[in-house]
Formats: sequence, structure tokens, C-alpha cells
Amino acid sequence: MTETALLYMVVGVVLFGMGLFALVAYPHLLRKILAMNVMGTGTFMVFIAIAHNGDNQPIDPIPHALVITGIVVAVCSTGLALALASQVQALTGQPRIDGSEREE
Amino acid sequence: MIFDTTVWMSLVILLPLAAAITAFLLPRHALAIGLTSSGLIVLSVIALTISLVDGGAARDQMGGWGAPLGIDLVADGLSAVMLLMTAAVGLAITIYAKGYFPARDAHKRAFFWPLWLFLWGSLNALFLSGDIFNLFVTLELLGLSAVALTALVGKPTAVRAAMRYLLVGLAGSMMYLLGVAFVYAGYGALDIAQLRMLVADGPPLYAAATLMTVGLMMKGALFPLHFWLPPAHANAAAPVSALLSALVVKAPFYIMLRLWMDVLYPLADTAAPQVLSALGIAAILWGSIQALRQPKFKLLVAYSTVAQLGYLFLLIPALLADSRPQVLGAIVSFMVAHAAAKAAAFLSAGNILHATGDEQIASFTGLLRTLPLTVTTFALAGLSLVALPPSGGFIAKWLLLDRALANGDWWLVVVIIAGGLLAAGYVMRVLGPTFRERETKPTNARAVPRSMALSAFGLSVLAIILGFMGVYLLDLLAIEPVSMMVGGG
Repeated sequence: MTETALLYMVVGVVLFGMGLFALVAYPHLLRKILAMNVMGTGTFMVFIAIAHNGDNQPIDPIPHALVITGIVVAVCSTGLALALASQVQALTGQPRIDGSEREE
Repeated sequence: MIFDTTVWMSLVILLPLAAAITAFLLPRHALAIGLTSSGLIVLSVIALTISLVDGGAARDQMGGWGAPLGIDLVADGLSAVMLLMTAAVGLAITIYAKGYFPARDAHKRAFFWPLWLFLWGSLNALFLSGDIFNLFVTLELLGLSAVALTALVGKPTAVRAAMRYLLVGLAGSMMYLLGVAFVYAGYGALDIAQLRMLVADGPPLYAAATLMTVGLMMKGALFPLHFWLPPAHANAAAPVSALLSALVVKAPFYIMLRLWMDVLYPLADTAAPQVLSALGIAAILWGSIQALRQPKFKLLVAYSTVAQLGYLFLLIPALLADSRPQVLGAIVSFMVAHAAAKAAAFLSAGNILHATGDEQIASFTGLLRTLPLTVTTFALAGLSLVALPPSGGFIAKWLLLDRALANGDWWLVVVIIAGGLLAAGYVMRVLGPTFRERETKPTNARAVPRSMALSAFGLSVLAIILGFMGVYLLDLLAIEPVSMMVGGG
């Protein structure tokens, strides 16, 4: 693995970690959904780094195919998450789910 | 058979997906489409099983692409058992949902059927996936339809529970996907059968094992990552609770089984399998104690799921150490027994809620007189959860105990027996009041539709009958691909 690829891979893992931290740390649902997308982007960057085979070598197409599929899945998940988040806001008046669970 | 095995493999995936789309486009006919396609799916699963028994394990290169770019479907005994479990519980849930979502509730009916068929299709696809990336995709499809179904009742508690379920599930699948990246970086393959030959002890495998196992623990609700499960399973509509608890949480565990047996096995001697087993013990004790404390019936049943999932992990170290067929047989028997019993328990909870509108266990006094069939249903399901003979739960626990004793793991024997006693405690907490006579005049219970009462009862009978079918299940599990038998591990 070249140094460039390694750099991308490390940045990808760091992005993943930052996303995971934000997902746990921030209560606002929109932040959580964004955090989840940052985690996804980090993962995709790791895949892109893996596809790199050396500076003058052809790239490996398989990780790219996985990233494209992964993006489709991530878009669907984000769509559902946004729809649910707006339902939570509409029903409870709060854009968060960590509040008191007093209602029936 | 009429078709080749590979055609049946494609059919059990395509049928539910096609039916789901049709039901979505024709909401007025959703019920008819749901009932017809469920029948066809069950028949295809049976046909697939028969052709697997006749012709052995099969691999299908969809569209003729082949691994690594194409999607290979793989069917062996374990897949067949999972598909049959899904078909049996799925058929009962289909019949139950016919009565549960009445025609006047057009909105829920129009969305339940497509989502449930999508969920069924993604479960079938997951059980037939042969590579770790396709498992990710099917797991996501499963998660999305499961979350949407959880939110279907539309109450604030349910929507919040669905939101939490989605976020935890997505974090879990992202971890799993990063694990896939490390596996590919380290060993250059995604196909499980290929990986089995390629994997070696090393940093990529450690990273992948940690990420994938923790991710799947989140999705599979293994203690202490189970916190999202009780609100999601308890607040969903009864047929949805049943399929979430009986089937959906089994999918991540199934992936975990496949991974540890065929990809992560070089790590068998590390602490990881022991840690999973210890978390299983904690899940059994914590889940059962929480179940004993719940005032509401559905929450009690949901915490019972947290506990019962623990049993699946107890023998992971033994599964990797030796005598795999027996250990796998014990674990899979438990999964199947729990699926039937837990679905029956949630459906009976739905019947009680439908009849009386009250799920406080304290108000169950005299229910045996008002709802004899439903109380019997829960009693039979409870028999299997407590693992009294001759239920499916009894045979499964017997096999687990047998393996634990064979390995000299006496502490597992203690935990399994303690878990049974605790289960007896929470089952009796529900059944006890139903036998007592009511001092005031009997409540005016609404009649439970026959499709709901009978489908729940049918499942509870299956939970008992499974006790006599252990041999067939083990025979079916013995169908293994040829390449897997020569590999190491």
C-alpha cells in the first residue's frame, strides 16, 4: 500500500470515529443523521484507498462497486431517518429521542 | 422437482420482492396479494428444502457473473433451516395480520403488506447470501423495513422507538461495513467460501472481527447493546413485534455464526469467543430479571427476548473449539424453538390487547375464563420458553446442556438452569392471575377474530411439536457444501 493510500485510509478511519462520537454525543436528531453520514463517508474513503494498487497500476474496480452500492444504501437510510425525525418532531414537539419517556 | 435448486433459490427472494412492489402499487388489493404470495413463498421454501435434501448444497451465480463481481447465492442446511423457520412464523404472522389490520384501517393495511413482504424477501436473501458484502446489503434492507414496520402504529412512543432502532442499526451496519473493508484489504476476497481458504491470523482480521462483531451485537441486541430492543418490540403492532422478536434479531446472529465459523475462525483461541459467551450469561440474567419486573405484558415478553438471545452466545467458544455439528445443532435448535415460542407469545399479547385494551399484567385476573384459547396459547409458548418437556425449548436446552457438560463448562450448566427458573418466574407472573376468579363482574371483552386466535395458537402448538422434530432439524443441518468440509478450522 502506498503512502497516499495509507493517508486516505487513516483519514477515513478518523472520519468514521468522529461520526461515531457525534452520533453518541449529540442529542439533536439532525446532528445524529449527519454524524451517521460522516461515518458512511469515512467507510467509503477506506474502500477507495483499498482500491489503489500503486501509482502506475490500474485500480481495483471491486471496492468502487461496493462504494456505489453503499452510497445507494446510505441515501435510502438517510431518507428514512429524515422522515422519521420529522415525525418525531411533529408528534413530540422535540427533535430528540433522549428525553423523558413519560408518555404512554 | 420441477425446477433446478438454483431456480428455487432465486424464487424465494424474487417472489416476496415482486409481491411487495405489487402490493405497494395496488394498495386496495394489498391483503389479497399478501395472502397469495405468502402461500407461494412457503411452497417455494418447501420445494427448495426438498431439492436441497435430494441434491445437496447449491451455489447460484446470479446472471452468470460469478464472484467476485457477481452476487453468488449459497444454500446449505443452515440456510434451509433459517428459511423454513421464517416461512413457518411468516405464514402464521400473515394469517394473524389479516384479522389484525381490518379493512377500515386502510392506511395501516396499505403499508403493512408491502413492508412485511420486503422484510420477508430481505430475510430470505440474507439467509442465501454467500458473500460478506451482500450480507451487508440484505441486512440494511431488513433493517429499513423493520424500522418502518415499527413506526407503523404511529404513536409517539413507537415512532421514537423506531428512530432509536434505526440509529443504532445504522451505526451497527456502518461498523460491519468498515469490517468488510478491512477483510477485503487484508485477504482480497468477499466470498465466504473463498475467504475460508485465505484468512490468516493478523491485524486486518483483528480489526475486522472487532468491528463486525460489535456492529452485529448492536443489531442483534446482545447485552449490553440491547437497550433499543424492549421499546421497539413492545411498542410495535402485535404482528410486527412477533416478527421482530422471532425473526429479525436472528438475522445478525446468523451472520455472526457464519463469520465466526468460516472467516474469523483463526481467532478462536483469543478471548473474543469467551467474551461473547460471558455477555450471553449477562444477557440471560439481566433480561430475565428485567422481565420479572415489568408491569406490562409486551415489555415482559420483549425483555424475555433479551434473555433468550443470550443462550445463543453461550456456546460460541465450543462452536469454534470442536464438535461443530453438535454445537451448531444445539444453537440452531434454540433459535428455531425461540422463534416459534416468542412469536406465539407476542401474538397472544396482541389478542389480549385487542380483547381488553389493557396490557397491565395486574389486570389479567380471570382472563382464562374470557380468553381461554389465548391464555392456552401463551401457556404453551411459556412451556417452551421455560423449556419444560416435551417442547421445542426443552430439546434445544437439553442439547445446549449436553454440549456444556461435554466441554466441562459447569458454569454454563448453572446459568442455563437458573435462566429456566427465572423464565418460569416471569411466565407464571402472567399466567397466575389469569387462573384466579374475578371478584367483580367479568369484563366486556371484545371478540378476538378467528384468524388471530388460531394463528397464534398454531404457532404455540408448533413450539411444542418442535420438541419431536429435533432429529429432522439436525439431518437438515448436515447438508454442507463440499468445499466447506475440506477446509480447515
